[in-house]
Amino acid sequence: MTFQIVINLIIAIGWMFFTESYTLPGFIMGYILGILSLLLLSRFISDTFYLKRLFKVATLIGMFFRALITSNIDMIKLIYMKKPEFEPGIFALPTTLKSDLEIVMLVHLISLTPRTLSVAVARDHSHLYIHAMDIDSIGETIDTIKSSFEQAIMEVTR
Amino acid sequence: MSVTEVIVSIFLLIGAFFSLLGALGLIRLPDVYNRAHAAGKSSTFGVIFLILATFLFFLFTGEFNAKLLLAILFVFLTAPLSSLMVSRSAHRTDVPLYDKSIRDDLQETHKKKEKKQQKET
Repeated sequence: MTFQIVINLIIAIGWMFFTESYTLPGFIMGYILGILSLLLLSRFISDTFYLKRLFKVATLIGMFFRALITSNIDMIKLIYMKKPEFEPGIFALPTTLKSDLEIVMLVHLISLTPRTLSVAVARDHSHLYIHAMDIDSIGETIDTIKSSFEQAIMEVTR
Repeated sequence: MSVTEVIVSIFLLIGAFFSLLGALGLIRLPDVYNRAHAAGKSSTFGVIFLILATFLFFLFTGEFNAKLLLAILFVFLTAPLSSLMVSRSAHRTDVPLYDKSIRDDLQETHKKKEKKQQKET
């Protein structure tokens, strides 16, 4: 990935020298040309095209904000309820993510999804302990955590 | 009142509403862990909207203040983790869960560890 960015920068600066316009628009023009040439040559580079990964980062950030907004709408219902009637509990969620960065991102996402809050991480990173406000209706949430969140994080980091 | 003022006030009102919601949640919900939900989610959202309103206000007066966007980033990064730390340290110091709680997997692992330590000593 870094290799591709360096090549892209070299092409952009080369374009600046080529056209003799040492300005920001010249640089941006060169950068766009670099992206295009990298796209053309992406068949010969073993790594995936780096803007694809950038796009995945953007979808992950979108996921963060969507979780934040839905959980806050849920919070309104929950807090203005006449009497809070739910059965909270802490459950262990096995996770396949390994590195610290991935775990932190998953912890963030879980804390921001409606009715779940990560409480602790197991020392060997194999489990996350999650406090759920309504543990009976949590099955669906676990499915989304396992399928979409872990998948999206893995696509960004690996 | 101009259009920009209306937009900025809408953002401010949303931010204030969610900050109030977080505070109400802190009072109304039963135990530390449930309160951490309210503190972690609603206050983050409220603060983000308040900062956005400030950002828009300065943007309309013709000043692009990127520091405020950075502030949003840092609030976003730290708030969920701080609620994690609060609830984790609460659990470590044996703060009881709400009466209606029905499951506690973390408690079991703690007990296992304690048994191990007792065996070792």
